[in-house]
Amino acid sequence: MTGTGIGAPVRRKEDQRFITGAGRYTDDLSRPGQAHAYFLRSPHAHAKILSIDTAAARAMPGVVAILTGDDLAADKIGGLICGWMIHSKDGSPMKAGPHPALAQGKVRYVGDHVAVVIADTYAQARDAAEAIEVAYEVLPAVVDARAAQKAGAPQVHDVADDNTVFRWHLGDKASTDAAFARAAHVTKIDLVNNRLVPNPMEPRAAVGEYDPGNESYTLFTTSQNPHVARLVLSAFIGVAPEHKLRVIAPDVGGGFGSKIFIYAEETVCVWAARKVGRPVRWTSDRTEAFLSDAHGRDHATHAELAMDENGKIIGLRAQTIANLGAYLSTFSSSVPTYLYAPLLSGSYDIPAIYAEVDGVYTNTAPVDAYRGAGRPEATFVVERLVEVAARELGMDPAKFRKRNYVKRFPHQTPVIMTYDAGDYGASMDKALELADYKGFSRRKRESARRGKLRGIGFSSYIEACGIAPSQAVGSLGAGVGLWESAEVRVNPTGSIEVLTGSHSHGQGHETTFAQLVCDRLGVPIENVIIVHGDTDKVQFGMGTYGSRSGAVGMSAIAKAIDKVIVKGKKVAAHVLEAAEADIEFKDGKFTVAGTDRGVGFADVALQAYIAHKFSGQDLEPGLKEGAFYDPTNFTFPAGVHICELEIDPDTGVTTIERWTAVDDFGVIINPMIVEGQVHGGIAQGVGQALHEGAIYDESGQLVTASFMDYRMPRAADLPSFQVGMTVTPCPSNPLGIKGCGEAGAIAAPAAVMNAITDALGHEDIAMPATPQAVWRAAQKNAAMRVAAE
Amino acid sequence: MYAFTYHKPSSVRQAAAMLAKNEDAKLLAGGHTLLPTMKQRLASPSALIDLGAMPELKGIERKGRSVVIGAMTRHGEVAESAVVREAIPGLAELAELIGDPHVRHRGTIGGSVANNDPSADYPAALLALDATVITNKRKIAADEFFQGLFVTALEEGEIVTKVSFPVAQKAAYAKFRNPASRYALAGVFVAKRGSDVRVAVTGASENGVFRWTAAEEALKARFTAKSLEGMAPSPDGMIGDIHADSAYRAHLVGVMARRAVQAATSR
Repeated sequence: MTGTGIGAPVRRKEDQRFITGAGRYTDDLSRPGQAHAYFLRSPHAHAKILSIDTAAARAMPGVVAILTGDDLAADKIGGLICGWMIHSKDGSPMKAGPHPALAQGKVRYVGDHVAVVIADTYAQARDAAEAIEVAYEVLPAVVDARAAQKAGAPQVHDVADDNTVFRWHLGDKASTDAAFARAAHVTKIDLVNNRLVPNPMEPRAAVGEYDPGNESYTLFTTSQNPHVARLVLSAFIGVAPEHKLRVIAPDVGGGFGSKIFIYAEETVCVWAARKVGRPVRWTSDRTEAFLSDAHGRDHATHAELAMDENGKIIGLRAQTIANLGAYLSTFSSSVPTYLYAPLLSGSYDIPAIYAEVDGVYTNTAPVDAYRGAGRPEATFVVERLVEVAARELGMDPAKFRKRNYVKRFPHQTPVIMTYDAGDYGASMDKALELADYKGFSRRKRESARRGKLRGIGFSSYIEACGIAPSQAVGSLGAGVGLWESAEVRVNPTGSIEVLTGSHSHGQGHETTFAQLVCDRLGVPIENVIIVHGDTDKVQFGMGTYGSRSGAVGMSAIAKAIDKVIVKGKKVAAHVLEAAEADIEFKDGKFTVAGTDRGVGFADVALQAYIAHKFSGQDLEPGLKEGAFYDPTNFTFPAGVHICELEIDPDTGVTTIERWTAVDDFGVIINPMIVEGQVHGGIAQGVGQALHEGAIYDESGQLVTASFMDYRMPRAADLPSFQVGMTVTPCPSNPLGIKGCGEAGAIAAPAAVMNAITDALGHEDIAMPATPQAVWRAAQKNAAMRVAAE
Repeated sequence: MYAFTYHKPSSVRQAAAMLAKNEDAKLLAGGHTLLPTMKQRLASPSALIDLGAMPELKGIERKGRSVVIGAMTRHGEVAESAVVREAIPGLAELAELIGDPHVRHRGTIGGSVANNDPSADYPAALLALDATVITNKRKIAADEFFQGLFVTALEEGEIVTKVSFPVAQKAAYAKFRNPASRYALAGVFVAKRGSDVRVAVTGASENGVFRWTAAEEALKARFTAKSLEGMAPSPDGMIGDIHADSAYRAHLVGVMARRAVQAATSR
């Protein structure tokens, strides 16, 4: 390891520009002749559009064009797609309704796109939008997934009876039922996984432009995966041919999943740019972000755990209703199915598992992947079940977990996954020590003396990351492969450009990816630049989500670097007049084995390009190699988080006093960045557990449509974290990386809720455990005490 | 935001004249309620009259048994004022609890008082401390000034210039913040001056700031948190929203009142 190689806490190269305001985001771009788009959105959750009268609006100052769903249809622009096919248990394909970028005849949620106004200025576009007269026939709306499945509920899409998109299942029902039949104890819980609004700091934005000279389009957009955006916009939506559409995702200020998807707004900006002959730009305001960014979670689950007489888990079954919103977003169908149920084994050896999941349409914003995507929901189910089971059995929750952990690897679960490596007991032991678990009862007594309720909660999570082997996801219904590409271009001076299909929107790739290059090629980190986010530069890539950039994206880079070294050895052999087989490469130097003769990496690069020492017939000039890497398995980061908190029963305020996180992310490239990812993930998970929750009223209005009502986690809500690591290298990729981006958000909600229920002494509280909810739950405590006396 | 014209007069007299000429005009103090409302296109004044350039509206001074604060004094200035800290520390502490540093460096006492937001902090202090609102036309006792949600005794063209607070022997403010907005969800200011005790509650009632007379009577008997043990105002008429229904709010008023008395008696 060099000072900037793998394992070094290198400061983030990109932060200089971010913290000095020199970042370049989509909204910072100014294109010559640009016009501004404003989307007229539905004020109703469910309504027929009887007519749209744009005459008065068209006459307003500065208006360039007003376009509606009819114009989209006339131009044969296709609808937005969902790229993962799910089949119901009866074998029928999921029932996906149409998803036009601008509404065609009907609106289905508040914020749905009715028309776009394009004008010289944003204010003019907005003024004109107010002058559009839309006649609606308002229909009854349904916002709760369980209510949507009931007879007589308003039907969101004609194609989906009972608003049910799919009735999917996984696992073996018969063997699971048999396990429950012979169980000594069964634990049952009902859980709601609350709906979240992603709220990245930078709202979504798009600039579309059209060059009539070569009939080509450019889209600047806030995307986590610009190549996928280009593929979908060309092959499925049909706004432009793939080879004539360039998608650029410049600096992007956070995504958390919400910028994976291909939305109406960027589709319209590209399409409209050609129609009006000017660049068309749009930037979401915060209210639009609340209304129209794909939301996360929103599950209702009944789950049961079966134990034998020794406290050994012998079965798990779960029934989940997943609210998918009004339309299927890009990957929404995969989140409550294949990203969820295969994780229901948790870190445990559970011989029989059966899960049923219904995906349901409602009159709410589409729901799709959000930090963790399915895995937080699974972890919440498993870790709440296990905690409650331990309590019911009168066992210490740590001991109960350790008894049931998977201990031998590889381990085949009954729900698809083959866990490749891990040592869950080691993580638990380390976490117990860091958390001073032994001292908890003393701290609880001390809290009680001050009139406070103290609780401790565990979350022994596992996740499947590094998605994923293309063949595997293809067999599960994915419309794409999930490999990654890389190209390593060595310049004649020895500086290096690495092109990656991963996309950085806060993760620090410009630093960590460069560290890999330093480590392998022995070049100074300042001589390495990471290029991403432009389909004209990077040939193809699958983007960043699912904690996959390290495990998959960096593995592709490593593979390309290996090829560079092979080629470099050929060049060095000519330079050193030695046999290629005798050339060794180490610490940035090619040497002839057993001699002191050698040549540095930069000199080899120069020789590769001037090509004076070898014949072009023997060896191609240049030093540039590309690679595609397709992983052999998912990766399985896992760990133990312990939350210790205190409740003020007078106000219901919960204060997190201690947080211990012991994670196994495999090999770590940059421990500082990894720790930062853990911190951010925990904050988001605590946000879900204690604070956040999107609330629609019965008419389908989003009550929490601004920060005045949607409670984000704040720095002051959190203690200093105790972060520890254990390392079992991942055997399924060349770098041993498992991924770290989502772990905190996956682990935290269960840890918090287990701690709150421990403090309260009962399970009757749901997320978010707001002060009001906790106070009410504590009132129940008091009532229980009175009843007991 | 819709287009508007902007004026920055240099005297209250000038501002009043502009206001009289233009009935759609709005006075701009700190702008922390008005500007967001305009940005959301929920307000569309034809003109803004900025009160920020008038020295006569600024400053904090001790006048006999009162502390007089100019209407355009920022919350941060009140929080840090040695005069306020010495005379009525509870008032400085209230100012320090308003919003966040950005808000405290823009928001003004005059703006807060004139707006009479049901979740604003200052109205509780004015009511509990029996303050007087001074305008360009007259003096109005706090008891008469606050008349319900966003409603005050201010007449057309009337501009708040100062607020005068009598010094109390004991005074303190306790606030339970709305978890999301951080406005007061239940804010209670208690003040004891001679034999008089006043308890003012903000953030909780559908009618805006109010005096909790039952608590006042209990505290007159004995000014200690124990006097309020188990007490809470009736949930009837309390605000109910996603953060706190009326029963929880009423309960929090009781808790905050006890904590305010605790703070007032422990200095």
